Amino acid sequence: MSTPSGETTYYPEVEQSERLGAWSGKSVPRKEDKRLLKGQGAFVDDLWMHRQGHVHFVRSPHAHARIVSVDVSRCEAVAGVYATLTGEEVGLLQQPFFQMAPEPAGLMKDYCLAVGKARYMGEPVACVLAESAELARDAAALVEVVYEPLAVVVDGIATIEPQAPVLHEEIGSNVAWHGLYDYGDVDWALEHADHVVRIDRLHFHRFSSTPLETTGALVNWDPGTGVVEFRSNNQMPMFAAMFIGPAIGLGVDHMQFSSQDIGGGFGIKITSYTYLTALALLSRKAGRPVKWSESRWEHLVASAHGNERTFLDIEVPVMSDGTILGFKVRAFDDAGAYLRYEPLGAVIWSQVVPGNYRFKHVRVDYTETLTNKCPVGPNRGYSRLQHLWLIERIVDVVAKELNFDRVALRKLNYVQPEEFPYETPNGCIYDSGDYPAMLDQVLELIDYEGARARQLASAGSGKRIGIGIGSTLDSGTNNFGQSRIINSALPFSGNGEAAVVRLDLYGEVTVTIGTSPQGQGHETTAAQVTADILGCSPDQVHVVAGYNKAANTYVGFSGTYASQFAVTGLGAVMGAAERLRGEIVKVGACMLGAEESDIELADGFVRLAANPQAAIPFIGIAATVFANVAELPGELADSVTLNCRYVYRPPFTVPDHETKRGKLTLTYASQVHAAVVEVDDETGQVTILDYAAVDECGRKVNPKIVEGQVHGATAHGIGAALYESFEYDADGQLLNSTFMDYHAATSLDVPHIRTGEIECPSPFTPNGAKGMGEGGGAPLSTIASAIEDALPHGAHIVYDTHNNAERVYELLRSAAAAGPRGVEVVSR
Amino acid sequence: MATEGAAVHVIDVTVNGVPHSTAVPARRLLEHFIRETLGLRGTHIGCDTGNCGACSVICDGQLIKSCMMLAVQADGCEIETIESLGDGPDGLDPIQQAFKEHHGLQCGYCTPGIVLNAKTLLAENPHPSEAEIRRALKGNICRCTGYVNIVRSIEAAAGAQGE
Repeated sequence: MSTPSGETTYYPEVEQSERLGAWSGKSVPRKEDKRLLKGQGAFVDDLWMHRQGHVHFVRSPHAHARIVSVDVSRCEAVAGVYATLTGEEVGLLQQPFFQMAPEPAGLMKDYCLAVGKARYMGEPVACVLAESAELARDAAALVEVVYEPLAVVVDGIATIEPQAPVLHEEIGSNVAWHGLYDYGDVDWALEHADHVVRIDRLHFHRFSSTPLETTGALVNWDPGTGVVEFRSNNQMPMFAAMFIGPAIGLGVDHMQFSSQDIGGGFGIKITSYTYLTALALLSRKAGRPVKWSESRWEHLVASAHGNERTFLDIEVPVMSDGTILGFKVRAFDDAGAYLRYEPLGAVIWSQVVPGNYRFKHVRVDYTETLTNKCPVGPNRGYSRLQHLWLIERIVDVVAKELNFDRVALRKLNYVQPEEFPYETPNGCIYDSGDYPAMLDQVLELIDYEGARARQLASAGSGKRIGIGIGSTLDSGTNNFGQSRIINSALPFSGNGEAAVVRLDLYGEVTVTIGTSPQGQGHETTAAQVTADILGCSPDQVHVVAGYNKAANTYVGFSGTYASQFAVTGLGAVMGAAERLRGEIVKVGACMLGAEESDIELADGFVRLAANPQAAIPFIGIAATVFANVAELPGELADSVTLNCRYVYRPPFTVPDHETKRGKLTLTYASQVHAAVVEVDDETGQVTILDYAAVDECGRKVNPKIVEGQVHGATAHGIGAALYESFEYDADGQLLNSTFMDYHAATSLDVPHIRTGEIECPSPFTPNGAKGMGEGGGAPLSTIASAIEDALPHGAHIVYDTHNNAERVYELLRSAAAAGPRGVEVVSR
Repeated sequence: MATEGAAVHVIDVTVNGVPHSTAVPARRLLEHFIRETLGLRGTHIGCDTGNCGACSVICDGQLIKSCMMLAVQADGCEIETIESLGDGPDGLDPIQQAFKEHHGLQCGYCTPGIVLNAKTLLAENPHPSEAEIRRALKGNICRCTGYVNIVRSIEAAAGAQGE
């Protein structure tokens, strides 16, 4: 939209708080740390309830099988076994989970235990409750399940061929979602470009950021009140409630969710609602609290994996000066066996359609498919990192094939600093940034010129040096209205978070938030902004740890996910703190016999700005309102509660289903990474010699926490690029299902990470911050780029996100084979 | 059906200076003895296969993974868990203090094991190089920090120790 003056405006003007600064922006040590360092955190497996039983799940060894019968009689006969629950019972007790996909995939019948058929290895088919975890496991071995194995499909593209076995008969095919995203005019661009670069196939592999704490829960269906208590490490409890409630007939008022400390989530703990449902039914049946702690094997085979995506028939129109006009591609996203957060991934990538670039013409023919593999769930960088990796591969391949300098090509095509706010071809608004400056900084951090010299010097040594660059976006604060792009009937839009800031009787400042942190330091940063607004120290602010639906406040979007706390969570805290400040000032002015405009808050006192000696401590305000209220004029007493709630709401509108356009996220943090790698010519082994990441996430609330997030996201990307990949065989057996063989990156695998930063405050958020923490999967692009840079002339392009020694060895040998390289250029 | 390994043995084990004479099932892992029998919940479980180190404790002065040892094997041993640390001012010992100052933890799940790892490392090698720290940490997986600030924290703790 345009104002009468002709200036483009993107969102209503945001008033940025002027009170932040004394504490915000400083690396205040974390309030959470003491209890965690002393082993006094309360993780889900640390909790227990009187009379609790322990749960063990019986799981399908087959990737696809009809369940002929489940016999629990021998199991139930064991002394100490309290109850069992089978898929057959679940079929009667549970309505299928709500599906976000439109029909026909929306017809999918998904239950908390397999009903009739198991569709991936490890799918739970029954569960056993017993007096100890050991007994539950032993007794579960006595559950006799007769399976009739069925044909298996594990390939995310072959699964839509007519001969492929259909997973869900009610859908009729293995297509979960299909849609065409078509922006600009890519046909025109391909026709008028000086060069067209064609890439056959790129593959983004399946991995998980696999938190160190597995999924778990302590669930109690209280027979007296009918309230079900879920003490769990689910990281998006209100989303879970939306699935569990209708499935088993529970009102949200009859579901109590809580968590204190969560041992990492990274998105993987969003879709645990299926397990929570089974545990609720089991608790009701047994009349006992039930406790479940997932084993690592269970976590790897049957919690959630990140999305695997294959890109086919990529065509990139390029002008002779290096301007890349856009691209077209067919994308196949493999959702695994069920849609538990999907098909949201089929739209979420479109938050970053052109990546960091000024591409105008983009066509993505997107298909999401079902296979006999573990269902996917959001995993750090969810759905955007796949697309961003595609884009960075495109840029590198174009540079190499057309002999452009990779750095110069990026700078030429980047969205330029003066172009912000920048509108993408699908109507998203990039709020702020300076990608060329970030690229310059990151290259300086790895001593780019020096690395190039080392590369030349290494020629013929058997150790090839490669330098890689990866630029990505970390889009944050979702507009849930984007779900309507995949299904116009979905009743979601906007976003928000709630907080309460209150003054307690003795002057304590207490904050509660609707978020469910997993190590992001919410207690600390919420205390920092509250302290700024109330004129006190973060030490005087008690932020209640963790999520608690009954005790804290919440909205439907509450939780911790998708790079948004700095905006939504802190936006809510700031709003609530401002309201409390207003009340404190009002009461203080009355007690000091002054005008409100004469009052200031400082050091935990309300005082006269002109005469700081005339001061009342917070306890004086609180004690008067709560316990000496007759001293106050009635009108004033009636107008204050010292218990102030605020819901932060980003200024979103509903995106358009037909055109697939809209403002899908509020903020766009960005990262540019660079790496120097050494590739062993004999073995294909890749060693990272140097690594740097430059981050931009608007105004930082706590720089040390931000840097920690950069490190963590980088480590996940490096792990995925070189070490972590879920490998299924043709029978759908997961071949690496423990930490013995799924190699979670260690301290020897992750190098020292140099970090740099620039700051481009977001004009759209109340504190200038941008959500961050996902990093956009930058190392996946960076390491692919570096390996390709190290390969001999004539080698095949790097076509996969995962490049273990074996794959790199093949790439090294491909040069001599002089076969197809996976790319061709047509120039006119 | 009798639960396999249900035979019970009495073990004498000292944990954080407190002697325990306790009957434990033969199959019970040391980590479950610590967490469930003794109720010391600072020792965490992350992988069941001895890879992640969340269950690390110190046994007779050596860092071990308590998921790789049966409780009965600890008969006669002295065990230190994370609960034994932190008598210093502010309730944190210098290693824990260094982790707090250098943001050496995020979710905190791996942290007890890593702090005990650092304690044994610094006892053996008071001034480790970065490479030595990284080698020592290899058996303790952290999914949050990328290890950078863990290394910094241990370097800082070593520095403070030398003062």
